[in-house]
Amino acid sequence: MNWLSNNLDLVLELTVQHLRLAVIPIVLGFVISVPLGFVAYRYRVTRGILLTVAGLLYTIPSLALFVVLPAITGISVLSETNLIIALTIYAVAIMARSVADAFASVDPGVRQAATAVGYSSWRRFWAVEFPLAGPVMLAGLRVVAVSTIALVTVGILVGVQSLGYLFTNGFQRRITEEILTGVVMTMVIALLVDLLLALLGRALMPWARATRSVSRRARPRDAAVGGASA
Amino acid sequence: MNLFLDAFGWLFAPEQWTGADSIPERIGQHLFFTVIAFVIASIIAIPLGYLIGHTGKGREVAVAISGAARALPSFGLILLLVILVGVLQIGPSVTAALVILAIPSILAGAYAGLESVDRRTIDAARSVGMTEWQILTKVEIPLGLPLLISGLRSGLLQIVATATLAAYVGLGGLGFDILQGIQTRNYPQTLGGAIVVVVLALLLDALFGLLEHFAVPKGVRGARGGRIASEAKAPIEAQKAGGVAQGVSAAGR
Repeated sequence: MNWLSNNLDLVLELTVQHLRLAVIPIVLGFVISVPLGFVAYRYRVTRGILLTVAGLLYTIPSLALFVVLPAITGISVLSETNLIIALTIYAVAIMARSVADAFASVDPGVRQAATAVGYSSWRRFWAVEFPLAGPVMLAGLRVVAVSTIALVTVGILVGVQSLGYLFTNGFQRRITEEILTGVVMTMVIALLVDLLLALLGRALMPWARATRSVSRRARPRDAAVGGASA
Repeated sequence: MNLFLDAFGWLFAPEQWTGADSIPERIGQHLFFTVIAFVIASIIAIPLGYLIGHTGKGREVAVAISGAARALPSFGLILLLVILVGVLQIGPSVTAALVILAIPSILAGAYAGLESVDRRTIDAARSVGMTEWQILTKVEIPLGLPLLISGLRSGLLQIVATATLAAYVGLGGLGFDILQGIQTRNYPQTLGGAIVVVVLALLLDALFGLLEHFAVPKGVRGARGGRIASEAKAPIEAQKAGGVAQGVSAAGR
């Protein structure tokens, strides 16, 4: 534990930097995905196009995307902005589909009821569809958050500092403990953010649990999936 | 667009296509490690996934492992294994890392595939006198095939992407040109290498997309082809989302 106790400051600094690099794409990805996913859910044609493009973008290996993007955007390969754009693209590629699935999960009867009692489509979206789509969107967002936090580390190969620095530095200096610290800290942040999102979901969407217990009676297997990953 | 022209210039220069360190050789190295890791991961994950899916036992553990695996930084895992196993054993350590990274997707595809089979279909199979083995091989496995292939597809892409990073420890492969280009400030080389990786990944993805399409048994309507939601190492969450969505689409559309 020598290396760690001598380098706590460095680890802390890199952790904060890592979180900053991860949180921006997670938030941006969510904000961009909500309208995209809604359009994909609403119109059949856009659904096909959007899901295909998202699938293809997700297929691109991270290191390749990091270095191809600058040729399109004109931003330096070595800049933070480039990494953030690339991670946002991955976030949207995962999240847009989750959002489309989320809106599809809203009971059509509830939607019709809202229309029947006089909700305009704008108000129906914000007061009925968006909140009810919440639980499925949250599941997607948690996947995005965890995978983004893990992906940030690859940025060290294009010169962006994060906990990934501990990988390359530890490897060059042959310090196993340094690499291990990087791996463990990355996983700890990812799991903490995941937990935070789950708790946030519980606080903001108390109805999600009620729905789940209904579905448990109806479909034991699905509920088991929900319960285990919650 | 000039940058792309330069990259294609680098890519199609005759010296990239012959001799040592040529592009075909790098593709060969990349595919070599990819295929080995993919086969080992499949041999481990498919039977295990089928066991979990058929018996319903141990799925909480599998879900927890898949969740934690998503948080695992692949680059860090490679370096950690290389340094733990020994710098002289780069090939086996990198392969081990690739196997570890691919297992969760394949495992999830295997058991999600079995679980996606309608319970009534299985009850029907049991009631006409099929043994458990027959139920597994004649009912559950064929019907679960599309989801298994979807899991194999995301596992394979995970391996291809991670094998790119293995160039850092001196394993060669297509990541080599990307990294060397960055170090020597030869951007056309970096971009050229990246283009080859992207094309390779897209081709493999398309191949598995086709397989998935043809894996749907004849006579199964409303086939669930398509990718599991951005499957993105996320078949579990997707299944959860999909479970809800399917419930709705079955009722509403």
